[in-house]
Amino acid sequence: MRVAFGALLSHWRRHPLQLATLLLGLALATALWSGVQAINAEARASYDRAAGALTGGGLDRIVRGDGGSLTTDDFVALRRAGWPVSPLVEGRLAGSDLQLIGIEPLTLPREAALGPKGNGAALPDFLTPEGRLLVHPETAARLADTDLPPRIVDASLQPGTAVTDIALAARLLGMGRQITALILAPDAPPGDPGQVVPGLERRAASSGDLARLTDSFHLNLTAFGLLAFVVGLFIVHAAIGLAFEQRRPMLRTLRALGVSARALTALLLVEVVGLSLLAGVLGLALGYLVAAMLLPDVAATLRGLYGADVPGTLSLRPIWWLSGLGIAVAGALLAAGQGLWQAARLPLLALAQPRAWARASAARQRAMAVAGAALMAAAGVLVLTGGGLWAGFGVLATLLLGAALMLPAALAGLAALASRVFPGGAVSDWFWADTRQQLPGLSLALMALLLALAANIGVGTMVSSFRSTFTGWLDQRLASELYLTLRNEEEEASVSAWLAQRTEAILPIADAEVVLGGRPGEVYGVADHPTYRQNWPMLTALPSAWDDVAAGRGILANEQFFRSADLALGSQVALPGGALPVVGVYSDYGNPRPQVLIGTAAFEQRFPDVPVVRFGLRVDPTRAEALKADLQATFGLPASAMVDQSAIKALSLEIFERTFAVTAALNVLTLGVAAIAILSSLLTLAGLRLPQLAPLWAMGLTRRRLAGMELLRLLVLAALTWVLAVPLGLALAWVLLAVVNVEAFGWRLPMHVFPADWLRLGALAVLAAGLAALFPALRLARIAPTRLLKVFADER
Amino acid sequence: MNARPFLAILVLLATLLPAAAPAQGFAGLGSEARGFALPEQRPLNFPADHGAHPDFRIEWWYLTAVLTGADGADYGAQWTLFRTALRPEAPGPQAQGWDSPQLWMGHAAVTSATDHLAAERLARGGVGQAGVTATPFAAWIDDWTMTSEAQPGTDGLSALRVSASDGAFGYSLRLTAEGPLVAQGEAGYSVKSAQGQASHYYSQPFYRVEGTLRLPQGEVAVTGQAWLDREWSSQPLGADQTGWDWFSLNFDDGARLMGFRLRDGGAGFTSATWIAPDGTPTTLPPGALRVTPLATTRVAGREVPVDWRLELPERGVDLRLAPLNPRAWMEVSVPYWEGPIRFSGSHSGRGYLEMTGYE
Repeated sequence: MRVAFGALLSHWRRHPLQLATLLLGLALATALWSGVQAINAEARASYDRAAGALTGGGLDRIVRGDGGSLTTDDFVALRRAGWPVSPLVEGRLAGSDLQLIGIEPLTLPREAALGPKGNGAALPDFLTPEGRLLVHPETAARLADTDLPPRIVDASLQPGTAVTDIALAARLLGMGRQITALILAPDAPPGDPGQVVPGLERRAASSGDLARLTDSFHLNLTAFGLLAFVVGLFIVHAAIGLAFEQRRPMLRTLRALGVSARALTALLLVEVVGLSLLAGVLGLALGYLVAAMLLPDVAATLRGLYGADVPGTLSLRPIWWLSGLGIAVAGALLAAGQGLWQAARLPLLALAQPRAWARASAARQRAMAVAGAALMAAAGVLVLTGGGLWAGFGVLATLLLGAALMLPAALAGLAALASRVFPGGAVSDWFWADTRQQLPGLSLALMALLLALAANIGVGTMVSSFRSTFTGWLDQRLASELYLTLRNEEEEASVSAWLAQRTEAILPIADAEVVLGGRPGEVYGVADHPTYRQNWPMLTALPSAWDDVAAGRGILANEQFFRSADLALGSQVALPGGALPVVGVYSDYGNPRPQVLIGTAAFEQRFPDVPVVRFGLRVDPTRAEALKADLQATFGLPASAMVDQSAIKALSLEIFERTFAVTAALNVLTLGVAAIAILSSLLTLAGLRLPQLAPLWAMGLTRRRLAGMELLRLLVLAALTWVLAVPLGLALAWVLLAVVNVEAFGWRLPMHVFPADWLRLGALAVLAAGLAALFPALRLARIAPTRLLKVFADER
Repeated sequence: MNARPFLAILVLLATLLPAAAPAQGFAGLGSEARGFALPEQRPLNFPADHGAHPDFRIEWWYLTAVLTGADGADYGAQWTLFRTALRPEAPGPQAQGWDSPQLWMGHAAVTSATDHLAAERLARGGVGQAGVTATPFAAWIDDWTMTSEAQPGTDGLSALRVSASDGAFGYSLRLTAEGPLVAQGEAGYSVKSAQGQASHYYSQPFYRVEGTLRLPQGEVAVTGQAWLDREWSSQPLGADQTGWDWFSLNFDDGARLMGFRLRDGGAGFTSATWIAPDGTPTTLPPGALRVTPLATTRVAGREVPVDWRLELPERGVDLRLAPLNPRAWMEVSVPYWEGPIRFSGSHSGRGYLEMTGYE
């Protein structure tokens, strides 16, 4: 047994390159898959942390339904009714850019993740009349020379904010008995705070909203990881298949010497598992590198989205190691299945004649094409009849698999066509005929290339479409230069008067929570102003839409609501104060909730108690920054009360660029894996090719020329694969944009095509294939003539 | 991440165990009572003394009840409100709102032979989340309340409604006084050490109780007796005193005994008040009460003496005390043992045992 195993393994000693290909292929596949998994897991863990790190971000809040402010009386009334609430006081410290957060440490829920910690002296000092400010080290340095209360450094806090006791914060901010927010401990029983204090409402934690946008990002990563793994399996399949092929005589000899078929299969199985474990460990190490390399970008994305600190370093989870190794072994076994099956059934007395392991008959190619066409048809049917996210993924899977199966037949057809279109004598005819002859052996690698290219085009198109749509949408939606939120109506009166001479327009924005189509949603009152008429991102609308809205005769619905409630233009939507018809639909990316717009007058009439404290300010863009500073200086408004348009845009775009950085990196890696698949297939075929090339050499074609033709063939095949990948990629993009996105997020993105990207990708594919083919071609060009001669000597 | 442990230190220092020496230098919380009012020998003044004394550093309203369920089983219930001033109250508006120096801590517990369920509430003064008013008498923290139901013209503590609840348990009890208020020590001036530390201290040990307990197994109707202690001071313990063992006993013949031992490095300091069935108190001299721990039990990682011998030779009293549930550990900011007991020997009856400062 030992000897038999040694004999089996000796094969790898004699073919180190083959072993390297096998290990590298499997390791790369595992690396990409597990790397992406690590990033996703880390990112998801970060969402939770990030949400919790905000001011009670992950906790429900109690608010006044009419948007009014809360007082200590509300807090006490709720506590005395058994509600585990804790008050927060927030505001910008007048004359500075320091955001103060006042907490009440005795009632603060553990989960709010604020408050003094660390050394034991913190809390008593915190509660002294002098008080303490908890600040980030950066902030502490900035405040070094101020006469503010003593600082305690806490690196987990947001720079620019200071956490302090509610008494001190209320005194510094002049809040008196007013409270900014009441946060609710997570163990609070369900109930209606309105029964304690009329007008109070419970508001669910809102931290999950933005996370939904990032879901599509994770979807991309996962899809790439899976594709890379599948492509990697093609390599493994090729390498293991070759190994079985070349060891066929050895296996037969071993059987003849008395090793049972079962024992032999077991040995081969042990070999595959051993190799896959080795490659798996290697792959995990590589995957860790990949993830560590890409994670800072992901972390930056999260920081941008949440403004929360996310570690740029990976924490390793045992489940990650295990699943990575598991998938490596499972993948290798899958890829080796055919070889194992053949070895187990190897006829003892059959001639030990090598034959091309993957050589398939024309009949098999036809059968594959038929199966592929059937799968494509199934994809079409699914698109038309299926519903739901899983149908979307089903379409993706059937489409890709079907296309891959049809590839050899399609390439053969193209090659046949080419030989007729480019008639060029015997050598040319041979070239095309031989290309077709080669296809079965190369088809797996080319399928891998097709999938990699199609995925690149598809996901790339989706992401780019998303980017261009999103940027355009941002431009439209954020038409006002400055957005302002005030604390109460008194403040509103003085600020509005002050602003009147300093802005081109003050557009009030009022909002209220309502139930829309059975789900909690929001209604916005918007002013009748050209800012909206000219800029609002409408998908479809009646010509009179804005007039109807201004007159209170109609509403505009966001796309999510429009689609989920299955509305049409003219459909009546129930609202407080009577139903109104939908007169237009606008896109509203990133918002998971249903939303409608109505005119200001109609809003005031239907929601008379909601104070208007939010405004869009139209000013000369160059003056926005100065106005912001003026507002801050004059009214002591917190910086969080003012958001300027350029800041939002810059932030959003930065987030998207980061996302693309990760996508681009994965694109290159996937292509790299496909190139290795081609290399490994060519290495497999190289030995088998000699009997076909030797006659040509004998007829006078130089080795150089032969090698050149081999190289050219690969380039042509890669180019043809790319040509076929473009429509497949576009189909993929369409499914992602029009099916998966709608199901997953509720909005449909218009598809934008970027042909320049395809050309770049095509060039990259040809280059990758060329690089992969170069080494075998060079070997052929320098092959010893005796080996070619030997072909004739060996001929039977 | 969490404020509770530091709060525990704070409250620990300020209320129960000022002798926890390492922390004496804490902000305004040294063992000296500078700036706070000090106990003095003066007659108790009702109903004003039922309310809070914010000039003193610490104060409590401490109710324990020994109960019997409709199911025949023994139960105990506790409702306690502590007040601590972080610093002497400045006159004027500074004492109001969030700036108030008063902190409040509530403890509630229900004990059965198998379970001990306890909960804690914390609040700051000045806004109304917790507080005590003398007329009409009401003490509260969050939704835990002790409210007077006394007839007009009678003492505010003569009838009370007491309730508290937490996730796992709750209770609502109606208390009716069947005897007079009892002044402890010398007419309410209770000496706590040989060096003269003292507090104002009176009790209402004669409550008849009816009510309902809510336990994880369901609700149970109960009846029994309850004992309310009122105490306030600014510096109740000597610097070397590390904790106390406190006993409140209801004799089957109607008499009551309050006794405590303050532990120090040496023999400790014991004090007791004998309360006749008609409510006449007799303050016994220091040392008259002898208490001896007989057995300890390991609870929450500490050795706590739960079986005791109590001797009061001049009254012919020699008792053996056994807890209803030896694991009546209050796992709160300031952990301590508090639970119902039964006693036998020269006399028999039921009562409550409190033990603090066991590390």
